[in-house]
Amino acid sequence: MNLTVNGKKAVIADKESLSISGLLDELNVEDPLYVTVELNGDILERSDFDRVVVRDGDEIEFLYFMGGGRGSC
Amino acid sequence: MLTEEQIERYQRHIALKEVGGKGQQRLLDGRVLIIGAGGLGAPAALYLAAAGVGTIGLVDADVVDLTNLQRQVIHFTPDIGKAKVVSAREKMAAINPGIKVNDYQEWVHEGNIMGIIRGYDFVIDGTDNFAAKFLINDACVLAGIPYSHAGILRFDGQTITVKPGESACYRCIFPSPPPKDAIPTCSQAGVIGVLPGVIGLIQATEAIKFLLGKGELLTGRLLIYNALQMSFDVIQIKKNPKCPICGEAPTIRELKDEVDAVTHCDLEKK
Repeated sequence: MNLTVNGKKAVIADKESLSISGLLDELNVEDPLYVTVELNGDILERSDFDRVVVRDGDEIEFLYFMGGGRGSC
Repeated sequence: MLTEEQIERYQRHIALKEVGGKGQQRLLDGRVLIIGAGGLGAPAALYLAAAGVGTIGLVDADVVDLTNLQRQVIHFTPDIGKAKVVSAREKMAAINPGIKVNDYQEWVHEGNIMGIIRGYDFVIDGTDNFAAKFLINDACVLAGIPYSHAGILRFDGQTITVKPGESACYRCIFPSPPPKDAIPTCSQAGVIGVLPGVIGLIQATEAIKFLLGKGELLTGRLLIYNALQMSFDVIQIKKNPKCPICGEAPTIRELKDEVDAVTHCDLEKK
């Protein structure tokens, strides 16, 4: 399955069905609880991560929470 | 009417056809609020003062600390221990005595933010924690005041401009703060000092463009900067119909502090 993840092509082994949660796992995304996901231009709700499946050709953006410049965080 | 001194001081602005004398007057009549006089707020405050933005508000309860000086360029070594808003105001007045600086030595919270932002044309979020970022978004959306959001971490920064009702807001992207148990580890902390300079000046640029009414604002687009790769990526962000504050059926109708939005720093402080 060919996906575009954060603007780059990603080839994922074909599976029966791959959820957003599964994709986060598959791609070893760091701090997955800090990630919001845009699928083909739409922001997904976190509660839908297990339900929504990705399809060949999908464009996915992982967007991260970023705080401020405090020295310790 | 610009004075002779002003015509000379702002000559390089006035020479731009997009600015001219009229545009400079708009900047002088402009009111910009900077929340956070730290890494992002420091460069924004210095440049907006130099540019002749007539009224600049600064909000920060903190005092200058030695660890701030690696990036918060408006504060100098002898300022350690001084209120950040006072330290910043002194530098801005030295750069440009012709502008007015309002300082608010307090943290924003649900009880005071509306009173502070009211009367400003544009707000810059230069804060360092999620609770403040959500509060500023909610207050600006409810008050209908355009603002620039930014976040920084390590070598990464991101920023988006929000025009309430017209373009996506922070909650369109991040409906609620990250869960408490998602706190990143300390080894991932820190920020390269030049990073807030780059991002804070993009925020200041947005404020100036907004006041001038020129160019395209960074609305509906999240700009993501990585200093190590030296990459600038732009992600299109649509208004989210399910957004809890600006969507079709908003659930947030009044301001409320995100008390659960603890950061690692908050934990460390306790």
